[in-house]
Amino acid sequence: MFAYAVRRLLSAIPTLLVIITIAFFMMRLAPGGPFDREKQLPPEIEANILRAYNLDKPIHEQYLDYLKNIVRGDFGPSYKYLDFTVTDLIMTGFPVSLRLGLYAILIAVVFGVTAGTIAALKQNSTFDYMVMTFAMTGIVIPNFVMAPLLALVFGVYLSLLPVAGWGDGAFKYQILPVITLALPQIAYISRLTRGSMVEVMNSNFIRTARAKGLAEKIVVVRHALRGGLLPVVSYLGPATAAVITGSVVIESIFDVPGIGRYFVNGALNRDYPVVMGVVIFYAVLIIMLNLVVDLIYGFLDPRVKVE
Amino acid sequence: MKNLLRCVGKRWGTAAVFAVLMTVVATAAYAGGTLRVATMGEPASLDPHKVSGTWENAIVGDMYIGLTTENPKAEPVPGVAESWTISEDGKTYTFKLRECVWSDGTPMTAHDFVYSMQRILLPETAAEYASLLYIIQGAEALNSGKAEADTLAVKAIDDRTLEIKLTGPAPYFLALLTHYTAYPVPKHVIDKVGKEWTKPENMVVNGPYKLVEWIPNTHVKLTKNDKYWDAGSVALDNLTFYTQEDRAAVQKRFRAGEIDVATDFASDQIDWLRKNMPEETRIAPYMGVYYYPINSSVEPFTDARVRNALSMAVNREAIVDKVLKTGELAAYSFVPPGVAFYENPAEVEWKDVPFADRQKKAKELLAEAGFGPDNPLSFTLRYNTSENHKRVAVAVVSMWKAIGVKAELFNSEVKVHYADLKQGDFQVARAGWIADYNDAQNFLYLLESRTGANNYGRYANPEFDQLMLDAEVTSDLAKRSEMMRKAESLAMADQPVIPIYHYVSKNLVAKNVVGFEDNPQDIHRWRYVSLK
Repeated sequence: MFAYAVRRLLSAIPTLLVIITIAFFMMRLAPGGPFDREKQLPPEIEANILRAYNLDKPIHEQYLDYLKNIVRGDFGPSYKYLDFTVTDLIMTGFPVSLRLGLYAILIAVVFGVTAGTIAALKQNSTFDYMVMTFAMTGIVIPNFVMAPLLALVFGVYLSLLPVAGWGDGAFKYQILPVITLALPQIAYISRLTRGSMVEVMNSNFIRTARAKGLAEKIVVVRHALRGGLLPVVSYLGPATAAVITGSVVIESIFDVPGIGRYFVNGALNRDYPVVMGVVIFYAVLIIMLNLVVDLIYGFLDPRVKVE
Repeated sequence: MKNLLRCVGKRWGTAAVFAVLMTVVATAAYAGGTLRVATMGEPASLDPHKVSGTWENAIVGDMYIGLTTENPKAEPVPGVAESWTISEDGKTYTFKLRECVWSDGTPMTAHDFVYSMQRILLPETAAEYASLLYIIQGAEALNSGKAEADTLAVKAIDDRTLEIKLTGPAPYFLALLTHYTAYPVPKHVIDKVGKEWTKPENMVVNGPYKLVEWIPNTHVKLTKNDKYWDAGSVALDNLTFYTQEDRAAVQKRFRAGEIDVATDFASDQIDWLRKNMPEETRIAPYMGVYYYPINSSVEPFTDARVRNALSMAVNREAIVDKVLKTGELAAYSFVPPGVAFYENPAEVEWKDVPFADRQKKAKELLAEAGFGPDNPLSFTLRYNTSENHKRVAVAVVSMWKAIGVKAELFNSEVKVHYADLKQGDFQVARAGWIADYNDAQNFLYLLESRTGANNYGRYANPEFDQLMLDAEVTSDLAKRSEMMRKAESLAMADQPVIPIYHYVSKNLVAKNVVGFEDNPQDIHRWRYVSLK
């Protein structure tokens, strides 16, 4: 298994290189540059700034320089946050996004799997319809509606929680962002679990297990769930990557200092190094999480052998 | 020159009395506390030489104090300089500095200012706003790498005397010195720690507040600097700036009492705010113009009749009253009202003509230029993506339709929009300008042919250019403003730009905040503010 993991990681290097190259040149192809704005800069000042960031060099030199720098672990300065490097920004933002994301995923798995399983076992019951209605609602209400709504109700009307802000990072500041992040995930996971559990419960090995006279609880927990969770596990890989890298909407509305906003704002600001930094970071995360998912798969599904 | 001194003297007289009163009120009744301010965005930097936005100014302006500084009305008052003399030709300023220290106890001297002004102008500093100081002799040459730092005409005569020579008499120079580009920065710290000097553990200031904590994308915390020379009259102990951009979220935080002052609010909230928070909602004239430059270098917009027709057909009152509804002023001049030393900006001649007649006249002008029902004028109106810009553009296009003009809308994100405007790749477009300092020249230079990219429409009128050049070397304030007014009236007759409205500042200020004064530059120094 260890050799497999190492092999997978090594094969990720060319993938990363392709991603870096495409992102680098696509970013430069986008019209408008990092220093275009309402108040245009005098040409001599623009020249000073371009020189300061090595943007006056030919693009292939910039590309090679960039590759050399990232090998050394230097992701460059941000053009928008002048007092911070890209590494600073990711290193201060990621722990926050990671914490919120992990809470959200944890909550989503616990509630989603439980609700989905019960719904599957009591197929077409009132509970089933309730869960599925809730899931549909969770999926169709976008977070830019849910977040202000929660802030309005719990922050402004009820005054139970802060409307927004991070303060010292205390628990009360995390509740609303985590709920907003978790709701759609609960919805997806419960639907996925229900769907696959319904299928598994009707399969031959479950009939065999029941025929052996096993208690229904053991049939469900030991036999059915193992197979029923497979689609959830493969969904969790990319979903976890998406959730722990933050969300620009949730961070903007709740003023959370995560890294989600760098994905969008970096691109809008043409902050090339920030965009490159987060693209690489995100790519590495996805590669790692997919590997983890595949390893878990091997453990959950006897038909899959990690070799 | 006398005029200037008298004028400045008078302003400062009242200002001084006012400042003293403010201080007495502030310290006597309500000392202490933390003020929570929502700025409009994350500061790009806290290095005054690297910032360029009003939201950064709201923070660094209470950390550093220049030779002059602002009073609560944003008028210039003595800062580190306690007095000065101005030469007869208005070009040499000699400042006497007060005895004061940096927040680490190091004495401040005139050499700090020499260093700072050289630093912002050095090409390797790559300061975006360095051109604001080009009025100083040798500044432009230094900034473009053509001269050495010591050629800059900022000299320390001794530790407490500083001399600055200008390229021309600039009556706005004392106001300009309140700007963050002219703030002193601590050489002794920068020499030691380099780029890291803006980190809380290193940052040394000369103003009333110093940096405690800065978490990007959430907040900046400042605390009182006891070494500030006037620390006794500073009421608030701490300042917290929330850098959240989402205005709707900020407004909710304000309602929930998590924020005391929120700069700017979403225009679409105005009806709700007027109804529910009339006292907290502060709207005041702001020194900026929202306008549509017309590309005078492409057909048919080379024809002044076409440009005038387009401008006449815009019903500005309908835009400010029905579309925006936040108290903006309909603009018939390029320079907004209320600019220092520039009473009564030159307006378009047809301002008072009834709108129906204006529409008729516009049609006639278009017909003269060869456009009519069979051959309608058609072009593209560009704007940068924003709800407000869209609403205004839709309204304007329908007003043009009424005179038989077909304009198509085209929007793009802000970076693309301005990159294309810079290239002159547009016909008619949306633009805006907020003054850097309180002077008509800061608006009118946008229409000079030597200005380059910021003159988006490539307007070039030799007569206009000459008047602006003459104004630059005139020290008599009345004559200078007369020249600029003449220049503006030429431009208003040519209409290379369609002024649409003059901005207003929009703030939410909690009822317990004392000393927050609305002013045309929307600059509020927190050292004058207190909580009750």
